Parts: sequence; structure tokens; C-alpha cells
Amino acid sequence: MRPVQDVLGPHVAAAGDPSQLLPAREQMAFTLGFHIILVPFGVALTTLMLVAHYRGLRKGDAEAMVLAQRWAKVSAVLFAVGAITGTVLSFELGILWPGLMGRYGAAFGFPFAIEGLFFFTEAIFVSIYIYGWRRLRPWPHFWTGVVVSLSSIGGAAAVIAANSWMNQPGGFTLVNGRVADVSPGKVFFNGAFWYELLHMLLAAYIVAGFVVASVYAVGMLRRRTVPDEGRATTSAGHDAARYNRLGFLIAFAIAAVAVPCQIVVGDTIARYVFDSEPAKFSAIELLPTTGTHVPETLGGILLDGKVRGGLQIPDGASLLAGFSVNTRISGLEAIPAQHRPTDREVSLVHLSFDVMVGLSFALLALGLWCAWLLWRRRVLEQQRWFLRACAVSGVAAVVCLETGWIVTEVGRQPWIVVGHLLTRDAVATQGNLWAFFAAVLAIYLAVGLTAGAVLVSMKRRWQAGGDDSVVVPYGPRGGVAGAPPEEAGTR
Amino acid sequence: MTDLIAVFLFVGVVAYAVLGGADFGAGFWDLTAGGAARGRAPRHLVDVSLSPVWEANHTWLIYCLVMLWTGFPRAFAAITTTLYIPLGLAALGIVLRGAGFAFRHASLRTPEQRVYGAAFALSSLLAPYCFGSVAGGIASGRVPTAGNGDPATSWLNPTSALGGVLAVLVCAYLAAAYLCVAAARQGDTDLEGYFRDRALAAAVVTGLVSIAGIFILRSDAHRLFVELSHRALPLVILAAVAGLGSIGLMLRRAGIPFGLRETAGAAVALVVLGWGVAQYPYLLGTHLTLDAGAAPRPTQWVLVGVAIAAGAVILPSLVVLFRLAGRGRLGGVTDQISG
Repeated sequence: MRPVQDVLGPHVAAAGDPSQLLPAREQMAFTLGFHIILVPFGVALTTLMLVAHYRGLRKGDAEAMVLAQRWAKVSAVLFAVGAITGTVLSFELGILWPGLMGRYGAAFGFPFAIEGLFFFTEAIFVSIYIYGWRRLRPWPHFWTGVVVSLSSIGGAAAVIAANSWMNQPGGFTLVNGRVADVSPGKVFFNGAFWYELLHMLLAAYIVAGFVVASVYAVGMLRRRTVPDEGRATTSAGHDAARYNRLGFLIAFAIAAVAVPCQIVVGDTIARYVFDSEPAKFSAIELLPTTGTHVPETLGGILLDGKVRGGLQIPDGASLLAGFSVNTRISGLEAIPAQHRPTDREVSLVHLSFDVMVGLSFALLALGLWCAWLLWRRRVLEQQRWFLRACAVSGVAAVVCLETGWIVTEVGRQPWIVVGHLLTRDAVATQGNLWAFFAAVLAIYLAVGLTAGAVLVSMKRRWQAGGDDSVVVPYGPRGGVAGAPPEEAGTR
Repeated sequence: MTDLIAVFLFVGVVAYAVLGGADFGAGFWDLTAGGAARGRAPRHLVDVSLSPVWEANHTWLIYCLVMLWTGFPRAFAAITTTLYIPLGLAALGIVLRGAGFAFRHASLRTPEQRVYGAAFALSSLLAPYCFGSVAGGIASGRVPTAGNGDPATSWLNPTSALGGVLAVLVCAYLAAAYLCVAAARQGDTDLEGYFRDRALAAAVVTGLVSIAGIFILRSDAHRLFVELSHRALPLVILAAVAGLGSIGLMLRRAGIPFGLRETAGAAVALVVLGWGVAQYPYLLGTHLTLDAGAAPRPTQWVLVGVAIAAGAVILPSLVVLFRLAGRGRLGGVTDQISG
């Protein structure tokens, strides 16, 4: 029944798959996995920036204004990286998956057009916002930042419309295998759209919040080891310790509020998936056979179609899915053999789900810890273990994001458009995809490392003395305008 | 209706050729500007002129891709399965270029700037050549309707070579003309002359290659040649007039060359339009018409809506941006404060 090479083969591709499938999937997974990390910063870091900006304007808070300016610059750098990786993705849709775009482009291609519109708006307003410090009146300037934030949410919504359509396709009719009619509303607002969107937006606030908070947590940890520096005023005229605490608190508060919301939303979504995507749900639950009284399996993998390892909580899955031990959950056996995901795919989906949920609860605990410390009026700067935990919270949040995305996307395999088009039928049949992948990999590594280096050097310059004449993509040049920068050359 | 979508798509192609083209061309002059000391001034001008707009220009490319895969999905799949090599190279070039430019802009040390700068400049050549050769492959009918055409000859052929070389030249010409005006606005007469000479040279070479191209098209893409010399002839003539006009403006050498950017841009836009008109009503060579390759009506309506929304939202905000960027450059010192 189960294809043997699934467990013996070196990779997740199944028998009969074209040799192109593995490199194409690996490349798509890598580039999307890279790109998705940037999304939270467009969506949520800009919100953090606006919160700080609002506070700065309302209360004349100098530190908040500095935070807003710096977060805007970090957003611009990450937006530039996102623009680059997003361009590659749109080429990849054509080069790697011509079967998908050729057959279904007419149905689900237009959300990308809407995304392009939002992206364009965002690009322009990121520039306007950054140029606008000192050149626009304060409140109009603030509102240009609101446009940045809203258009990034709109862009994310459009891409999620396309992605959720692949998971729950609808709104089109086929005649002779070709898309003959389309209901754009049903394509965009497909069955999975709203919950994927809500889940992703909350994830964005969690990721951006914890990543930023972890940066300032490290700052506070460092600062305490040099007590003299504790209340130093930088050359830019702001209180460094207060700046650090404010940056930490704004980011941490938003993330910590988003986590419990996300847990409730995620739990509800799991029941939606149980109803509307039973195949994905059986992979999440690592469930080979259909039945009632299904235990919740924590950890463990699928090997030869059987569950190995893991901790089983009796009746757990049935209770969570339908609030009753008698809830019947369909297992992998319910999927026709030729359309069943491989053992490796199922194991990956299941373990990713466990990691995502586990880390979410750890982040929830971190938020409660902070609430307790603040309630007890403890000085956060002195809570070294709390700060250490915060320092790794950013990484944990990113892992949550990636694993959640794996659950959604690997959980739809072997389909690229669930029920309509198999991934292996969509892949390009010609060309050396490994070479393309290698080139993309090299460029992404370079872009990633460089972006990291640029951010670190910005941070150093800021730490060195609040020098805010940092030059960023989309921003005007620092230094004396009109004079060429020292030895700007390429040779 | 389908024609309307084709027009919207082609508006994107023209915009990308004119705006993105200038962007690529700036990279070309960056590459040929010489050593770190000698090339400092022109490179700085490239940097200053591009930084506020470089991303916005390339959004036109995404716009074209999206219009194509949504509006004409079969043609899109046929093109990507045939011309995946130049398309892949162009994609890599654009990434390298964007990264190189963004990070050269953000880095302060010269060795770093050199690496980013070199990446920026080299890929500025690669990408337009690839796009030009893709256009040549499509125009000369080397992309079969079913896709999976010859991966080599579809872009390594006379028409593609012509397209690629012309694309690089046109980019260089546009950029030099724009930069000449930018230098004149700053009152930098040395740089103005520097880019004026280069724009003139590029214009002359582009003109010569275009004339040679007539013979290439006649033997290699006959229908395109016929239509260019009939239906699209007015556009070709206008393009030639605009091109000669820009040369005339440059030869006058007096004051800020008003109208130079406009005539140069118009010349390029008209050439691209000429290609579009000559190719009509075919999407691929002479075998797939626009109507046959089009998406269903409702999808087309959505695309029309998006295109109109884009015009309504984006044009005004671009104006605000250009104003702000312009104000900053004139203001000079304000850059230092806000940077």
C-alpha cells in the first residue's frame, strides 16, 4: 500500500515523481521560508514604529521618537531585502511551477496583482515616511507611516488569499481541464482565507515583537554589566537606559498580548482544518487509522505507516477536535493511496505542529512572567534570567512561524492545488533546477549575511553615540549632501 | 476587452523599459566609470538619482509578470518553460543588482562598497540583455504555444541577440540622458558634459544597431519586419524623430537641456510600442493570439480594476515622493539632519 521508497529514499519525493520535483520543492521551501521571516517586520515592526511615534508626538517623548526613527530604518532595510526575495519568488512561480500558473493563473493569479498594488504603495510610502522626518509636518508625517503599515497588511492579505486558495480552492469552473469561469470574490475570500490571514497577522506581531524585544533584552543585559553606563545620556540627547526599556516594553507588550490571542485562534483554526482539510488534520495528528477516542500524540514519527515513539494522551485529539471522546477523526488511510502524503511529510507536519504549539505556550509563560514581575514592581533590568529568556524569545517566535508555515504547506502535499493539481504535475519539466537552486541559495546567503551585517553596523553606530545619520535604502543620504562620499568606488 | 488587458500589460512593458531601463543604464555607467577616484563623481550622481526610486521602477516588472500570468496564463507558462534560462539569469541579475545597490548605499567602507558596486553594475548589463533576448524569442515566434520550446535557440538567435544588444544600449542611452539632466540641475557642468558625451555616443550606436536590426528582422522575424514597415511605421518614424531630437538637444549644449529626458524616453517608449503594435494581435510569434491565450472575463475585469486602482493610488503618491526627494536635494543640508 505505502510506496516503499518513501521510507527508504533519501528525500521526500515519491516514486514516479519527475527528478525536477525535489529541487523545485527545496528551492521554493527555502526561498519562501526566507521571505516569510521578513513579512512580520513589514506588517508589525511598522506598527511598533507607529506606537513609538505616536507616543513621541503625544507626550513629547524623545526616546520614543528615537525608537520610531530607528525602527523605520530597520524596516526599510528589511523591506529592501523583502523586495529582492519577493521578486525572485514571482520568477520562481513561472520557472519552477509552469503547470500551476499555466493552468490556474487565470483563477488565482489576480491576488498577486492586488499584492503588487499594495507593495507599490508600501514602497513609495516607506520612502515618504523616511524622507519625511523634518520635511513633513508631524501629524501628516505620522499618517504616512500608517499607510506603510496598512499597505503591508493589505499585501500580506493578498498573498494569503493566493496561498489559502491553494489549500481550499474554489470560485472557478473547469471546462476540458481549463479554467473557464472565475468568481473573483470566491477565489479571494476562499474557505481558508480568513483564518490563515488572522493567524498570520497575529504571528507577525508575535515575531516582530519578540525579535525586537530580544534585541533590547540583550541591550539591558549588557548595560547592567557596566553600571556607570546605566544612565548615560548619549550624544543624541536621550536617556540610554530609558530608551532601552521603552524599546523593550513596547515590543514585548504587543507580542505578549498577541500570544494568548494566537493560542485561542490557533485552537479554533485546528477545528476548522479538522472540518475542511481532513487530510492535513490527520497528518497533524499523526493518525494512520480512522476512529474515535483518538489520542493526542506528542512527538513521534510515522514509519512504514505506523506511529513510532511519542507520548500519547488518551482521547486527547478527539476531545480537542470535537469536545467529545466520540469525535471521529479520519486517518491517513482515508486518503486514496496514490494521493497520500509520504511518511516523511506526515512526520514533518506533525512534529512541526508540536514544536509550534509547544513554543507558543513557552512564549505565553514568558508573557505571564513579565506580567508577574511588573505586578510585583520588580526592576526588569535586574531580572537577569527573565532577560535571558527574552533574549531567545525572538528565535523561538521565528521557529513558531516557520513550523506553522510547514504545517500549512507540507500538510497540503502531494497537492499543489488541493484536489485539482498534484505538485509533481505542476513542476517544470526542462532545465537544470539544481543549478538555479544553487545560484539562488548563494545569492540569498549573501543577501542575508549582508543584511545582517548592515543591521549590526547600524546598531553599533547607534550604540556608539546615537549617531542617527545612518544611511538606509529608501532614505536620503547622510553626510554633507552634494559632496561625494569618501572613495565611493567599485574598482 | 482582451485588447484592453493587452494594453495594460504593454503599458507596464513600456514603463519598465523607460524607467527600469534608465535604472539598468545607470548601472552600465557605474560599471564604466573607471577607478574609485576617477569614478567617484559620476557614481555619486548615479547613487543620488537612483536611491529614491530604484525599487519603484522595478515594481513594473512584477506588474508585467502578474498581468501576464493572470491575464494570459497559457502564454506565461509557454514563455517560462521555453525561456527559463534568460529569465532565470535576469531574475538572478535583478536580485544581485538590488542587493548590491541597496547595500552599497547602506555601507560606509570602500572595499564593501566596491563589492556591492561591482555586483550592482555587472548585473545591470546581464538583466536587460536577458530581457531583450526574451522579447526577441517571443517576437520571432520561437516560443511554441504548448511551451517547452528549445531552451537554447529560443534566446540564442539573431532576433534575440538584436533585442538584447538594443536593450543594453537603450538603457545606457536613457540613463546618460537622465543623468545629464540631473547633473545640469545640480549646476555641475563637468558631470553634465560627461554624461552628455556618453548619451550622444549611446544614441548614435543605438541608431546604427537599429538600422542593422532592420536586416536581421527581415531574414529572421519576417512578419514583425513587415508589420513594422507597415502598420507600426508611424511609430517607428516618430521614434526616430524623437531620437534625433534628443541628439539635437544635446548638440545645442546650452543651459539645462530641457526636453532631453522627455525626447529620450519617448524614443524608447515608441520603439517598444512599435513592437507591440507590429505583434498585434498575436501574443506569441504568429501562432497564439491574444484572444486565444486570454483568461476568462471576470479575471480580466479584476485586472482592469487593479490597473485603475494602481493609477489612482500610486501616481499621486509618486508625485509626493518625487517632490520630497527633490526638495531634499535642493535643501542640501536637511539631508544631514534627517538621514
